[in-house]
Amino acid sequence: MAAFELNGRNVTVDAEPDTPLLYVLRDGLKLNAAKYGCGLGQCGACTVMVNGEAVFSCLTPVSMIEGKRVTTLEGLGTALAPGKLQQAFIDEQAAQCGYCIPGMMMRAAALLAKTPHPTDAQIREAMQPNLCRCGTHMRILRAVKRASE
Amino acid sequence: MKRREFLARSGALVVSFALPRATAQEGGGAGSSNLPGSLAKAPALDAWIRVGANGSITVFTGKAELGQGIKTALLQIAAEELDVAFAALTIVTADTARTANEGYTAGSNSLKDSGVAIRNAAAQVRALLVAQAAKRLGAGADSLHTADGAVVSGDGKRIPYAELVDGLDLHVEAAPMSTFKDPKQYRVVSRPVARVDIPAKVSGGAAYVQDLRLPGMVHARVVRPPSYGATLAAVDEAGAAPFGAKVVRDGSFLAVVAPREWSAIKAMRALERSARWDERARLPDIAHLADAVLGLPAEDMVVEDHHAAAPGSARTLEATFTRHYQVHGSIGPSCAVAWMKDDGLTIWSHTQGVYPDRQAIAEMLGLPPARIRMIHAEGSGCYGHNGADDAAADAALIATRLPGTPVRVQWMREQEHAWEPFGPAMVTKVRAALDGSGRIVDWDYGVWSNSHSTRPGPAGSLLAAQHGAKAFAPPRQKVSKSADGLGDRNSVPLYSIPNLHVVHHFLPDMPVRVSALRSLGAYMNVFSIESFMDELAAAAGADPVEFRLSHLEDARGRDVVQAAARRFGWPRGGSAPAGHGYGFAFARYKNHAAYCAVAVEVAWDAERSRARVLRAAAAVDSGQVVNPDGLRNQLEGAILQSASWTLFEKVSFDRQRIRSTDWSTYPILRFDGVPEKVEIEILDRPGAPYLGSGECGQGPAAAAIANAVARASGKRLRDIPFRG
Repeated sequence: MAAFELNGRNVTVDAEPDTPLLYVLRDGLKLNAAKYGCGLGQCGACTVMVNGEAVFSCLTPVSMIEGKRVTTLEGLGTALAPGKLQQAFIDEQAAQCGYCIPGMMMRAAALLAKTPHPTDAQIREAMQPNLCRCGTHMRILRAVKRASE
Repeated sequence: MKRREFLARSGALVVSFALPRATAQEGGGAGSSNLPGSLAKAPALDAWIRVGANGSITVFTGKAELGQGIKTALLQIAAEELDVAFAALTIVTADTARTANEGYTAGSNSLKDSGVAIRNAAAQVRALLVAQAAKRLGAGADSLHTADGAVVSGDGKRIPYAELVDGLDLHVEAAPMSTFKDPKQYRVVSRPVARVDIPAKVSGGAAYVQDLRLPGMVHARVVRPPSYGATLAAVDEAGAAPFGAKVVRDGSFLAVVAPREWSAIKAMRALERSARWDERARLPDIAHLADAVLGLPAEDMVVEDHHAAAPGSARTLEATFTRHYQVHGSIGPSCAVAWMKDDGLTIWSHTQGVYPDRQAIAEMLGLPPARIRMIHAEGSGCYGHNGADDAAADAALIATRLPGTPVRVQWMREQEHAWEPFGPAMVTKVRAALDGSGRIVDWDYGVWSNSHSTRPGPAGSLLAAQHGAKAFAPPRQKVSKSADGLGDRNSVPLYSIPNLHVVHHFLPDMPVRVSALRSLGAYMNVFSIESFMDELAAAAGADPVEFRLSHLEDARGRDVVQAAARRFGWPRGGSAPAGHGYGFAFARYKNHAAYCAVAVEVAWDAERSRARVLRAAAAVDSGQVVNPDGLRNQLEGAILQSASWTLFEKVSFDRQRIRSTDWSTYPILRFDGVPEKVEIEILDRPGAPYLGSGECGQGPAAAAIANAVARASGKRLRDIPFRG
């Protein structure tokens, strides 16, 4: 069993302590946004925020987040009522296949939480751990910038 | 016998005779009738457009959303010709129970195939609605027009489509000709309409097959062999039990199934540890790639051969180019869900071809295809034939062992990296002669390559079928000539050259598993041709852009070259600041699809022998533009992806096993390598046919980078990837 705060509400999950947070979110809590990409912390598709920091949920055992505050993309808004960052990604049409985008957005959300008005160089540096294969990088950078304005 | 009757009576024969199989597989070529686009394959109007009793309109396509924005583009086309609001339409994509068989969503053919079919169907449905209204009003159809989902009479009387549904029969064969809206009247097509799939993707909606959760669904993982052709000698199946997992074994196909995903992963790892395999693979010596490729037996096919009188040659140049095996590298490894029920098997897959993949799976399972329904559900971007079809086959095979239970198979990262069919290694050799005035008078070119399409089709193209007890053999590939080409795609330069000889040295033996990767042979052929054009320009003392223009007669091609040069700010002579280089390249994809020219600026790090692309400017002519922002998105992506392939990417292996199994052993572009600026200029051609454009940037971007590096560093890099 593990208990933590997820997108502003308390949840208790029944999972083996070594279960990566990613599988707790997807398999246990039926959330879609955090994605399996590599399971190795190399691509960032699984990125979520834990206590305001961007983490690879594929590498974070659920036992490590006991009592912590987890934010996933679902916590930023909905398709009908998108949050500011989500709206920026829609405005910039910053997706092709979109599979990497939730991780990109959570990486960006963690940056903006600490640095509300980042420079272009700061955005690039912050996004470095996350991979996009479609080549949507220019739009992702613009969307993060837009969300900071 | 009239031609039409002959076609009707022997259609199947004509299709298989007229179309080389490889072309048919890539979704190209013409159909069996004179109907435009995919209407030839599915002539009934209601195969494409249906109007519900309440007036709701649904568009159907046999093509799949791969992240290229095809849903949005097809909806735009339908909304435009139907004269309804874009938001009022819904779309159903590739599903063997609901949509036409449009083969594969590949080869940048979706607008040419499905877009043309939907445009014609929509225009004809609109005409039928007008005819209904004319009957109702007792007015001539000519006196009526349509606007925003209604037929409007000359005196302003408005009849919504919903009121015209009664008695409307769309189950009729489409006519060969349609009356289209004048492109000048377009309100939806040629506008940057926001993609319909993006809101769910940025908010955690169920957007992918990975997000499909069916009642009682279990999680499966496949234990793949360590190398091609390895057979399972022994495994301790009891090792799965501590994780509550069941084992499914069929010959050397080994999988585990558990209620929880993490348990399935742990069970898979346990079986991996205990499995013993007999390995037999003999992979080529990758340290000598050109020798390995050229050493394979070849079947030669002349692609082009023409000769004309020309001035004598003053100077001859030659060069050899190589390209390593490269992965599709989908960020999300392949995934599928299959559910065996009494009434048949249903499979959800991010396959590019629900019909052909179903055919292969049916053969593997010994089931009639009609017992299988295959539904496309989006996956991570594929850029060609990745593990999608194989994952679907895995899920199908496992599901038949667990009747009544939905089975979700998710490949692991190392499985996608090691088992997807790679883009083939290639070698090209070119020799060309310049006359005394610096014009090309002779061009001799050879391309050595495996097939670029080993898609299903036959069961033997699927890993589960190869590894299963029946051990289906991968089909032997044959060389064939087609309008689109495979390894020979874009092997003929578009330039005017009086003497030209191009040969495809087709390599049927495939020591490494390969198939279609975005743009197939065009990437390597355009890289080679356009790199060599710069070498020739330098030898002729000519500006690279002017040198190309002086050999290019095609007016649209010239426009694209000039537009890219202008947008980039190409200086005559192409000189860049110290340490930087400008490079240019151009091609018309397949020599009959979109025109694309790319100019780049690179910075050269001499110490590390590394290039970074600082900016790119491209121009594209894809005929009538449907969604300019979608086209820009595709082109931006093509340039960045091609930069990644060209600068960084190669599959590594020893003589037995694939060794690049993750993003550290197979690095790709990250944000630190992303340009500062990428600009795309679109040359719209209102009313002109759609020209496939999703793949047109791969080759030009690669060559532009090589040319920029050569000018920045003095080093001509002919071997992809440039990182060595």
